[in-house]
Amino acid sequence: MAEDKKKKVIVPIGPYHPLLEEPEFFALYCDGEKVVDVDWQAGYNHRAIEKLSEAKHWDQVTFLVERICGICSTSHPFAYCNAVEDLLGASVPERARYIRCIIGELERIHSHLLWVGLAGHFLGYNTVFMWAWKYREPVLDMFEIITGNRNHYAMFKIGGVRRNIEEEDMPALRRVLKGLKVQLEMLTHAVLDDPVLGARLKGVGVLTKEHIKNFGAVGPVARASGIGGDIRKDDPYAAYPMLDFKVITAEHGDVFDKAVVRLLEMFESIKIIEQSLDAIEGKGGDIQTEIRDIPPGEGIGRHEAPRGECFHYIKSDGTNRPVRHKIRAPSYTNIPTFKASCIGQMIPDVAIILAGVDPCYCCTERVAVYDAGNKKKQMYDFSRLVEMSRQKTEKIKKEI
Amino acid sequence: MNAVHVLLYFIMSLAAFSVCGMMAMWVDRKVTARLQFRVGPPWYQNFADFAKLAGKETLIPGKASIFMFVFAPVIAVTAAAMCGAVLLLVFRTGFGFPGDVILLLYLLTVPSLAIILGGSSSGNVLASVGISREMKLLLGYELPFACALIIPAVRSGATTSLVEILRFQQANGITLGSISGVIGFLIAVFALQGKIGLVPFDLAEAEGELAGGAFIEYSGILLGLFKLAKAILLIVGPLFVVTLYFGGINFSSVTGVIAGILKYLLILVLFVLVKNTNPRLRIDQALKFYWGWMTLFGIIGILLAVKGL
Repeated sequence: MAEDKKKKVIVPIGPYHPLLEEPEFFALYCDGEKVVDVDWQAGYNHRAIEKLSEAKHWDQVTFLVERICGICSTSHPFAYCNAVEDLLGASVPERARYIRCIIGELERIHSHLLWVGLAGHFLGYNTVFMWAWKYREPVLDMFEIITGNRNHYAMFKIGGVRRNIEEEDMPALRRVLKGLKVQLEMLTHAVLDDPVLGARLKGVGVLTKEHIKNFGAVGPVARASGIGGDIRKDDPYAAYPMLDFKVITAEHGDVFDKAVVRLLEMFESIKIIEQSLDAIEGKGGDIQTEIRDIPPGEGIGRHEAPRGECFHYIKSDGTNRPVRHKIRAPSYTNIPTFKASCIGQMIPDVAIILAGVDPCYCCTERVAVYDAGNKKKQMYDFSRLVEMSRQKTEKIKKEI
Repeated sequence: MNAVHVLLYFIMSLAAFSVCGMMAMWVDRKVTARLQFRVGPPWYQNFADFAKLAGKETLIPGKASIFMFVFAPVIAVTAAAMCGAVLLLVFRTGFGFPGDVILLLYLLTVPSLAIILGGSSSGNVLASVGISREMKLLLGYELPFACALIIPAVRSGATTSLVEILRFQQANGITLGSISGVIGFLIAVFALQGKIGLVPFDLAEAEGELAGGAFIEYSGILLGLFKLAKAILLIVGPLFVVTLYFGGINFSSVTGVIAGILKYLLILVLFVLVKNTNPRLRIDQALKFYWGWMTLFGIIGILLAVKGL
C-alpha cells in the first residue's frame, strides 16, 4: 500500500478548508476522482485542557471544560459534574436534575440543527443551510431565557445548577417549543423527502455494525448503523430514568440514515424537554446542594452528548484541585471511521462522509510532536508515552 | 462598418452586457436571499464587488504558466461579450448570416474552455480536480444543448440563421407554443444551468469540497473578470434561448423591450428556483442526467419537430 500511495495524487482537505471549520488535515490519496486512501493529521490547535485542569480548583474546572467545544458546550460540564458527584456520592436535587436534562436536550436540538445546516451547505444546498440555522435561532433564544447566554451557558456546578428556571418564563418556553416542533417537522420532511438529496446521500459512506464495533463509534453514528447505544438509557443519570423517550436507530449506516437519526432525535428531545417542564412547573425546590470538600478518590462521569458518549475521569487527592482529569470526547472514536467509510468513494462523497460523523476536532485534539531536526511529524503512541513518563519519574527520584 | 466601428460596437455591447449581467446577478442574489430568510445585498453589490476585486493585489502562483493564467479570464469575458454582440446585432438590425446559431454555440463553449485553461495553468491540485469536472460537464451538457438548438432550427424550416428563426416565429407563433418547443426550452434551461455553473451543476467550483475548484488560485482583477464572464453568460445564455423559443426581443417599442425583459426574467426565475431547491450533484449523476434523460428528450423533441408538432 505504501508504494501504491506514493504514486497517487494527494487532494488536501485542510488545514484550512471551507469543509471543516477547525484546523486539521485530511490527505485524500486520489486516483482520478476515486479516493484510494485517507490519512488524518490533527494537533494544530491543542490546548492542553487536561493539564490546565490540574491547575484550577474544582469549581473553575466546570467552566474550563465548557470551553472545550463551542457547540456541545454543556456536554463536558455535564459529564464532569457527573464524575465529581460520582466521587462524592452526592445526590443532586430533583429540580436541578430536570433543569440539567432540559439544557442537555436543548443543546442536542441546536447541535443537530447546526449539523443539518452544515451538511446542506457542504452539498451546495444553501437553502437547507439557511433554514436549519434560522430554526436554530429559537433554541438559542430559549437558552437566553433560561441561562442568560446563547452559548456557553455556565449552568452547571458541582451539586446542582447555577440558575433556576423561573416560573414566569415557563409560558414563553412552551410557546417557543411548540413553534419549533412545527418548523422541525417541515424541515424534516423537506430534507428526507427530497429525491436529489436522497440520490446524493443514500448508500454513501456505509458503516456496518461490524465497523461500528471495531472502531468503537458512538452516538448517532452508531445508532444510524442499528446499534442502539445511548448513555441516557444504558447508564441513566440526572432525570433521564424518570423520562419517557425512545432511542432512535436506523438500519443502513449511510449518511442519509445519520441525517434521519439526527432529525428524529430532535423530536425526542422536544418530548424530554416538555416532560421536564411539566415535572418542575409550580413545584419549587432546591437547585443545588452545598458541597464543601472533595475527598480523595476517583470518579467517572458520562453524558450522551449530541455526538455520542462524552467521558470524564477525575482523581482527587483531597486538595482543592483534581490531580488527574481525563476527557474522552465522542469524535475521538467517530472520526477514524473514515478508514472504513471513505475508501473507494469519490471526492464529493468523501466530503459529505467526513462531515457526516459530525466531527468536532477541538474535543479530539491530540499532541503531535514536530522534530525540527529531521523535519518529521509523529504521534506519540501509548508505549512511548509510558516510557517517557517512567524516564521522568526516574529523574525526579534521583533529584530527591 | 469598418474596423473601428466594429471595435466600438463590441466595447459598447461589452459594457452594456456587463451592467445588465451584474444586475441579473443581483436579482439572483436577492431572490435567493429572500428564499433563505435573508435580507440580501443592495442593487450595486456586484459592482462594488467587482471594483473591490479590481483594486486587490493579483497573485500569480509560482507554478503557474503566466501567459495562460492571465489570458484565460480575458478570453472568457471576450467570448461571452461576443455572444452578446452577435445577439444584439440580430435584435437591433436584423443582421444575420446563415449559421450564426452554430457560431453562438461555439462562442458559448469558450468561457468553459477558458476556465479549463486557467485552472490547468494554475498548477493546483484542487483546481485540476475542478477542471476535470468542468471538462466532463462540458461534454455532458453540450449534447442536449445542441438538441435544444436543433429543435427550433428544424421547426423553422431547417435553417441555422437566427434571423430566419425569428422571422418564422413572427409569422407562425413562438417555438414555445408547441410540444417540441416546451421540451427543447426545458432542456436548454437545464443545459445553461450547467454552462453558467449554478447549483446543482456547480461541481467545478464546489466551494464546500474543492474550495473554488478551478478558480482557487485566482485573485484580484483576474478573478473579477471570471465573475464578470459568468455575469455576462447569465444574461447572454437566457437571451439566446429567448431568441430561439420566445420570439426574441423587439427593440423598436417600449412594450417590446418590457416584454423582452419579462421573458428573460422568467428564465432567470427558473434558474433561481432550480438552484435553491437542489443540492449539488455528483459528476456521474450530472452526466447521467445530461446524457440520459436530457438527450433522450432532446431526440424525442427533434423527432416531434420534424413531424411539425
